[in-house]
Amino acid sequence: MIQVEGVTKRYGTKTAVDNISFEVERGEIVGFLGPNGAGKTTTMRILTGFLPPTLGVASVAGFDIATQPIEAKRRIGYLPESPPIYPEMTVEGYLRFVASIKGIDTKQVSGRVDAAMERTATSDVRDTLAGKLSKGYRQRVGLAQALIHAPEVLILDEPTSGLDPKQIREVRQLIRSLAGEHTILLSTHILPEVAGTCGRVIIINEGRIEASDSLENLTARLEGATELLLDVEGPRADVRPALASDLAVRGLSEQSTQGGRTVWRIDVDKDDHAASRLAAVVVNAGWGLHGLRPVGPSLEDIFLKITSQEAPASEGGDAAEPEAELGGEEPAPAEPDAAENNDADADAAEPAEGSDR
Amino acid sequence: MRNALTIARREFAVYFTSPIAYLVLAIFSVIFGYFFTVGLAYFMDYSVQAQASPGAPPLNVNQYVIEPSLGNMSIVLLFLVPMVTMRLFAEENRSGTIELLLTSPLKDYQIIVGKWLGALMLYGCMLLVAMLNLSVLFFYSTPDWRPLAVAMLGLLLMGATMISLGTFLSTLTRNQIVAGTLTFGILLLLWVFNWVSSFESSTLGRVCEYLAISPHFEQFSRGVIELKDLIYYVSGTALGLFLSKRSLESLRWKA
Repeated sequence: MIQVEGVTKRYGTKTAVDNISFEVERGEIVGFLGPNGAGKTTTMRILTGFLPPTLGVASVAGFDIATQPIEAKRRIGYLPESPPIYPEMTVEGYLRFVASIKGIDTKQVSGRVDAAMERTATSDVRDTLAGKLSKGYRQRVGLAQALIHAPEVLILDEPTSGLDPKQIREVRQLIRSLAGEHTILLSTHILPEVAGTCGRVIIINEGRIEASDSLENLTARLEGATELLLDVEGPRADVRPALASDLAVRGLSEQSTQGGRTVWRIDVDKDDHAASRLAAVVVNAGWGLHGLRPVGPSLEDIFLKITSQEAPASEGGDAAEPEAELGGEEPAPAEPDAAENNDADADAAEPAEGSDR
Repeated sequence: MRNALTIARREFAVYFTSPIAYLVLAIFSVIFGYFFTVGLAYFMDYSVQAQASPGAPPLNVNQYVIEPSLGNMSIVLLFLVPMVTMRLFAEENRSGTIELLLTSPLKDYQIIVGKWLGALMLYGCMLLVAMLNLSVLFFYSTPDWRPLAVAMLGLLLMGATMISLGTFLSTLTRNQIVAGTLTFGILLLLWVFNWVSSFESSTLGRVCEYLAISPHFEQFSRGVIELKDLIYYVSGTALGLFLSKRSLESLRWKA
């Protein structure tokens, strides 16, 4: 349903999104995970046709967003980071307006508005001015706005940011209830959020996709395995059992062979001393040790890197115990988040007051 | 077209849910009422003098009341148009709601025409207020309605041009004050251009004079439709809307 191929977005010399490609199948809920500034919002804006990519092609429901924007946009429901609400309109009036510009037939508008309000439990504020809504209601009205034309694809940019734990749970339930009828791509910088709602996760950092996998696979890798590359000169038949005898070693494969030298790819449990023990095994046996190094950053390292950029101490804890999860409370991210959103709110409220009152 | 009308209706309604419409209409009523009353007072003065000299033809209401009061409209518009147009895009740019419009299945021109039309509808209300004043004349005199209708058309065209420029300038910024000030500055410049011809008769002077907004209304106010004036207003409006479209496109590349 969503296809992104080699999309790059540059602002001047700064590259916000760097040659990313991914696909989202029909009915999937995919989480887009990364710290603020990783390129999540830029990617979503490209997908929704708000920004054109510098390079690459993005298409939604089979329509290229650059060449067939109207067709594509008809099939997208988009909730930007701050819900695009007109403060001077009532919730119902606002939703009627949105329904109309999304191309819904005049006769069907009332029915669609009622359905969207029921779905998001906003019927009780239908006559309230949107500017007077609480943050939780604003978010839900934003969701109602995204749902109103029954789009095939929903793109939600940090749908739970700035909400309290109870509201977060409600919004997540709502998103889960939307699965099946809609294909959903949602972004977040909170790890448990993904576990709570998404079937697949795409991790993005500094404009690049670091990982894309199902939640189970990611969790398995997150439990602490790393890989080592070990370059040994010695008889293969002897080296293999010697290495495998170490308790931390989970798997062993030959990556390449050259003369008497073999490069082994070793899956090891998270264990700070595994590398030195393996080195000792090789040296004690009298074989030649030509190289020993860990392969790339592990997923956990990526996570740590991602999360520690925001709130070093507290969020690092989150990443270290991903399976501890999910009480619905993220004390660590909630705080900087809330502050951030208050700022944004104050910012948004300012012009309305300046000009209208 | 339906999309543009939906947006126009919303813009028009927003003027009335905020104080802008009431403020603008109140200011306009007072100022236009003043011009009209003064024009009428002069006219009555002249009439009395004219009666004293027998044989003089009766004075023309169109020429002595309607023409001068409507002729002053361009000054009023100079101040009121920026107040009406400054929020059109600047407010949406600031609050981020522009993201809703640009990610909806709308063409850029539908958004722009919708916003321009919404502001033009409020301007139409101002013209109705003017008509309300002028209609008094029909009870006590027999003005010719045809030149009046032409003058109203001229006012509509002049307003449409000024509003389209204001719409364009509002797309450039997220700050309403900046949009309003820019609009006022440029309209003022286009207004003072008609003074240039009085001391400068070179080509440059003639170009400036042609660019000025208000002189093109003079013939309209006398009930004369001149092609060059019509072309000026229509092309001016089109230019404003075209620049808005370009600006909206560039917003996506910059954002």
